[in-house]
Amino acid sequence: MSAPSAPAQAGEVLLTVDDLKVHFPIKRGVVIDRTVGYVYAVDGVDLSILRGETYGLVGESGCGKSTLGRAILRLTEPTNGSVVFDGTDVAKLKGEALRTGRRRMQMIFQDPMSSLDPRQSVESILVEGMKAHGLDKDKESTNKRLRELLSSVGLPESSLRKYPHEFSGGQRQRIGIARALAVEPDLIVADEPVSALDVSVQAQVVNLLEELQDKLGLTYLVIAHDLAVVRHISDRIGVMYLGSLVEEATADDLYETPLHPYTRALLSAIPVPDPVVEDSREQILLAGDLPSPANPPTGCRFHTRCPWKQDTQCDTDRPVLREIGAGHRVACHFAEDIRDGKIARHEVKAELVGASADLNPDLEPPAAANVGL
Amino acid sequence: MNTLLNKKKEPIDKLAGASAGGRSLAAEAIRRMARSPVAIVGAVITALFVLLAIFAPLLAPKDPFARTMQDKVELGRGIIPGPMPGYPLGVDDFGRDFLSRLLVGAQQTLLVGVVATLIGVAIGMIIGVLAGAFGGWVDTVLMRFVDVLLSVPSLLLAISVAALFANPNQWTVIIAVSIVSVPIFARLLRGAMLAQRDADHVLAATSLGVKRHTVVLRHMLPNSVGPVIVQATLTLATSIIEAAALSFLGLGDPDPSRAEWGLMLGNAAQHFLDIRPELAYYPAIAIIIVALGFTLLGESMREALDPKNRR
Amino acid sequence: MALLEVRDLRVVFQRRGEQGFAAVDGVSFDVEPGQTVGLVGESGCGKSVTSLAIMRLLAKRGNKVSGSVSFEGSDLLKLSDREMRDRRGRDLGMVFQDPLSSLNPVIPIGLQITEVLERHRDMPRKKARIEATELLDKVGIPDPSRRLTEYPHQLSGGMRQRALIAIALACRPRLLIADEPTTALDVTIQAQILALLKDLVQDTGTALIMITHDLGVVAGLCDEVNVLYGGKIVERQERHSLFAEPRHPYTHGLLASIPRLDAGRGEKLVPIRGSVSDNIPWEDGCAFAPRCPNAVAACRESAPELVPERGGLLRCYNPVLPVVAAREGTR
Repeated sequence: MSAPSAPAQAGEVLLTVDDLKVHFPIKRGVVIDRTVGYVYAVDGVDLSILRGETYGLVGESGCGKSTLGRAILRLTEPTNGSVVFDGTDVAKLKGEALRTGRRRMQMIFQDPMSSLDPRQSVESILVEGMKAHGLDKDKESTNKRLRELLSSVGLPESSLRKYPHEFSGGQRQRIGIARALAVEPDLIVADEPVSALDVSVQAQVVNLLEELQDKLGLTYLVIAHDLAVVRHISDRIGVMYLGSLVEEATADDLYETPLHPYTRALLSAIPVPDPVVEDSREQILLAGDLPSPANPPTGCRFHTRCPWKQDTQCDTDRPVLREIGAGHRVACHFAEDIRDGKIARHEVKAELVGASADLNPDLEPPAAANVGL
Repeated sequence: MNTLLNKKKEPIDKLAGASAGGRSLAAEAIRRMARSPVAIVGAVITALFVLLAIFAPLLAPKDPFARTMQDKVELGRGIIPGPMPGYPLGVDDFGRDFLSRLLVGAQQTLLVGVVATLIGVAIGMIIGVLAGAFGGWVDTVLMRFVDVLLSVPSLLLAISVAALFANPNQWTVIIAVSIVSVPIFARLLRGAMLAQRDADHVLAATSLGVKRHTVVLRHMLPNSVGPVIVQATLTLATSIIEAAALSFLGLGDPDPSRAEWGLMLGNAAQHFLDIRPELAYYPAIAIIIVALGFTLLGESMREALDPKNRR
Repeated sequence: MALLEVRDLRVVFQRRGEQGFAAVDGVSFDVEPGQTVGLVGESGCGKSVTSLAIMRLLAKRGNKVSGSVSFEGSDLLKLSDREMRDRRGRDLGMVFQDPLSSLNPVIPIGLQITEVLERHRDMPRKKARIEATELLDKVGIPDPSRRLTEYPHQLSGGMRQRALIAIALACRPRLLIADEPTTALDVTIQAQILALLKDLVQDTGTALIMITHDLGVVAGLCDEVNVLYGGKIVERQERHSLFAEPRHPYTHGLLASIPRLDAGRGEKLVPIRGSVSDNIPWEDGCAFAPRCPNAVAACRESAPELVPERGGLLRCYNPVLPVVAAREGTR
């Protein structure tokens, strides 16, 4: 992907995802493996991210948000759909074009332990990306750049010759951020950037990410399960459930007027460090387990647990993400009626599902997902 | 969390881990081994063995091939003289100084063990890396082949391969023994590579735009090598024993004048065990001690490299 | 006399040839019957080790436990192994964080419950099975009689945790210790489990010690909260007071650094500088001093004691001023 003639300006659309699907085949077999089914990790997602904004993607395990993030970066192969980044469909790139194209979209990983190669010194970690794109030609300027990178993430220069295991979790995460910044990307996908860190360190890293965005004009896609963190850092938020986007709105709108039943349940489930709020607020408890992504319910994926499920449409027709109010999209047949109070909540009988941990696409993509270039 | 109660009052802006730093994992592992008695014993035995092998010709008091005392030996009447002045361990059936043969034998034995292991590692690694890095049908085909090799008990496999050669010699022994260890290394590497393929830091390198082969060679392979080193030391030990077994069974080098422990053991056990059994015991004990040394070294290396032991 | 009285509990871990490390460094607290007490802190603060020490579940070697843990009058630390085994399950129940590793994977769920019932309540097998079915129903597992013969891996994480709670409550213990019971679960499942715990505890009058790092969980569940740092309790308060006016700089810092769902976007998070490993030993001063914005000279000379404060306890020479605390506290 060569440099575009006129890079997208702030406020313009930087990334558009159109009907993206990631289906992992489930293989069984003794000598030769046959495909016996699919895990529908991401099942048709449309979204756009504007340059300079922070888009938060939330959902619980099995919703496919991590898989979506990796599919956008082609770390997992999309089964279908397009990912248009600044005019080029990344999903269709191959070979060298893909490799050079990667420079503009980087990832920050969840686990600070495993995301850094334990055998590499910090200097080597930071320089590697630069080397891959020929940015390290001049030794002088490379060194300068390394020092800049370290200082922008709040680490001392002496870190260069040290190894990852000599740092704490929060510091390792900073190294990971510096590594992503080294190649001067436009978009950074942060996959659970703070969930593996101690609570008192999370705020440091969140603040750092915000600072860097202001300073460098970065665009973020933040994937997290902690809605409080996401609300704090995001301009817009998308809520995912079982492979689909069920609601999308600005952070404030989502919190003040959640329209999708799942969003409402999610918001009410999050513990708030304030006893007065906790005692007084109404809880919407979901019944039962998350259905298996290998065997999603018919129609609306959420209907098996939805306290507002109706007898028509919910179990037969899959709702489309449609706009209700400015910039607020919901995938629910009865969103307006629920909002206006025309439909009451009812009790849901819990349906037991077998353990879906081994089919959870966010935790362990099966071996069939190969790391393509 | 840093768990030691440190007695220093650290100033508040000193970050955790702000030592002089720069110690790689390998260096830390070596430090850990230096404190373990098992590692030290293993290392000492191994070092002695290697030194012995290198300097044996200088250390041997007599020429190991000179049949100087041959006239004193009368196999027909069941006479092999025992220890004599100048021949502390006695002589063998050809009147050669046994001590010298034992010392020089270290050279040949080490050679067999090292070469067989190296060949096994090399071939096994190639198979394992290819299977792990490519996956798909490459993986399937290679692993089925490895499964076939693994399904035969190791000694039986070695014997079968050795028996294929019309003219058994030192090299046929080495090849037979190395083939036994190939599937072990292949599986080890493949498993490690598969684990690395999904590792975050490998994904990170890919997403940075690093070329595929660089990712494999610089990120996946080096992190897979730890268990291989450990296994190699253990394989060295078993290779020596298997080579000795082959010689014992008569599938090795038929030339009895060669000084190699397995050969000496086999020769003595077959021909004059009832006359002078020590001539079989000495090489057996030597093999056991050396195998033990390598095993201890390998085990302590495995412990030292275990990430759970890292603080 | 309180149901549980922990006095000056100390747990020192010692590896061969190294200095000892006091994971729990003089912790004292009470639990009244029916009360829910929270132990809050981050990783390494000693909260889990405290609960393991109370239940006498620490390894036999490598650590030294001192102090007293008085349960209904008898010191648990002085009981023999056998007597302690009688107590566990019958009088004291425990729910752990990871249900998959806490449940025996090769034994069906039903058997794991009936085992406890047979041992401690001397129930014949048949009666125990009926009781087990009722228990599973009480914890909200659908179709409980079928579940009895299933294995842990056949249930989802949330269901497993419910099963664990069922096992823990099978013998109606007077005290239940829950160590991060929902940390490994999704947030909507967490809400279910916490609601369940709250209901059960109220229905049966069981006292509960809730161990967690999540202040939100504590806010909704606990009557009294102990904040731990570096193996010591640094603040104890009734929950409304703690959140309305956190006086210890650590508690205050934690609350200021956690993003709140109901907070507007403009409000900046105020992190606590440094990390958990930037501490000094309690012998030399206050362990939190290197990170504390309120640190004064006295903080590096000697460790502060726990002193009474607004009905609770506080360990600080220079606590956060009430005005500031109230501003940053409950909004």
